[in-house]
Amino acid sequence: MSQISEQEILDCIEKMPAFPKSVSKIIELTSSMDSSAKDIIAVIEGDPVMTGKILQVMNSAFYSLPTKITSIHRALVIIGLNTIKNLAISIAVIGVLRPYKEPHFDSDLFFSDYFIAGLLHDFGTIVFTEFKAEEFEHALAESSINKSSLYLAETKYLGMNHAQVSQILALKWGLSEVIAESIACHHQNVPNNLLSSCIFTANQIAKQAQLGNSGNPVIEILSAEQIAIFGVPFNELIEELGDISLIKETVHHFIGT
Amino acid sequence: MKFKFWGTRGSIPIPGEKTIKYGGNTTCIEIITNDDDLIILDTGTGIHALAQDLLQHMPIKAHILITHTHWDHIQGLPFCTPIYIPGNEFIIYGGKDVITNMGIERALQVQLQQAFFPIAENNLKAKVSYKNVVPNEQFVIAGATITPVILNHPVINFGYRVDCDGKSLFFTGDYEQQFNIYEPEDTEYSEFQAMIDLSVDSLVDLIQGVDALIMDSSFTAEEYTQKKGWGHSSYDAAIELAKRANVKQLFLTHHEPTRTDANLDQIYTELLKNYPDLGFELHIAQEKLEITL
Ligand SMILES: [Zn+2]
Ligand SMILES: [Zn+2]
Repeated sequence: MSQISEQEILDCIEKMPAFPKSVSKIIELTSSMDSSAKDIIAVIEGDPVMTGKILQVMNSAFYSLPTKITSIHRALVIIGLNTIKNLAISIAVIGVLRPYKEPHFDSDLFFSDYFIAGLLHDFGTIVFTEFKAEEFEHALAESSINKSSLYLAETKYLGMNHAQVSQILALKWGLSEVIAESIACHHQNVPNNLLSSCIFTANQIAKQAQLGNSGNPVIEILSAEQIAIFGVPFNELIEELGDISLIKETVHHFIGT
Repeated sequence: MKFKFWGTRGSIPIPGEKTIKYGGNTTCIEIITNDDDLIILDTGTGIHALAQDLLQHMPIKAHILITHTHWDHIQGLPFCTPIYIPGNEFIIYGGKDVITNMGIERALQVQLQQAFFPIAENNLKAKVSYKNVVPNEQFVIAGATITPVILNHPVINFGYRVDCDGKSLFFTGDYEQQFNIYEPEDTEYSEFQAMIDLSVDSLVDLIQGVDALIMDSSFTAEEYTQKKGWGHSSYDAAIELAKRANVKQLFLTHHEPTRTDANLDQIYTELLKNYPDLGFELHIAQEKLEITL
């Protein structure tokens, strides 16, 4: 068993690419009611990859328009700011996810602090698969054989678990302390951390609904404090969500295309 | 071709003594062709009363054109009783959502989730099918030619031009003409303005000379200054468009929820005063109002 030092993991995190500036800027601008259309358009236009992707999505959806949409301004006149914002956020998320396609990383997509925390809480596993694949394989194998939680095996083989690595990554990317903290403890039951409890619960729902399991198929039990947050036990919570097949399809649409 | 308003209200149904004349139900317009074919524009709460009417004429075949999936344009659909009765047929047309890449069927599926509605989709005993519309791609239903065009709103919204029996009608759905996001001193201003002008010109071309223009006109000019970017037009914007397109009749619809009958009467009087030479008939859309073109 290889012993990996904390410094070694920190060095790996350093090698991770930056969270695209335009992405955090767009999330910031779109979550504020009074950011101007001008500012939002400027950020999108300043990112040629995003601009290209928006135009590509629009031109394929609206292929029958008499003239091709060749600029964000043109797109704005046709579909309006709101749809452009939503497209930009969706594309931003794919842009962050696309470079990595590792078998054990399942991405979760939903929108705000919850959205970002939900999106990034397992990013630490990317650090492992990118730079410490062999040790991570051991951890995966062990948790699979023992039907035990992956994060415990990670600590054993990698000296740190993915939640901790995700936290360091989140801070490196300039995300808020609240988000980083909630990511760090998403496998523990921290009664006062609402965001973290939501990630934890959402993970259990995702497993139950077979949306994905991030290499950890065990459905964990909600604590009494978590049940208190949602006001109903887990099975009722699932029932209240109703048919999530639509959400499922949307998630697959993003990840699959 | 004739058409009838079953819902003229925007955003939320407003029942009560102050909305008796113009109606409190949300958007729904029935079109009947000379051959008695049925086309329905949007399925706001107004469709409930229309459905009661349709029950007398079963089996029915209805072509439903959805402008967009905001609640006030779809919330009546699960309450359209004939949809649960075998022998009826519904063909629902709408745009694909560019974010989810899903078609108009999603709207009904979402509404019929058990947390929101007690009857599941597989209990729709009528034959229900869905068709995606694509901007500027004409299609023919029941002898009517439909031209969908994408119009600016916070979600993908289609305006529909309906040509049938030598007559024509255009319904905007919810629409706000994109405004210039730049200040006149910004370098981008004039180029962006040119793009806006171009898109308005092509809309004017499309609806040139229609017998009836039914247009979202939620706000007074004064209100609009506070509600720019909300996705709705003012009375004045509707009149301006109608003038430029030389329409024969203009119907102002999507009445703002707080607007009483008295308010609308007053607005109508003022509009006639402010625009003495309209050159077309001006109407405030009114629930149960039926127009033969
Ligand atoms: Zn509306
Ligand atoms: Zn709307």
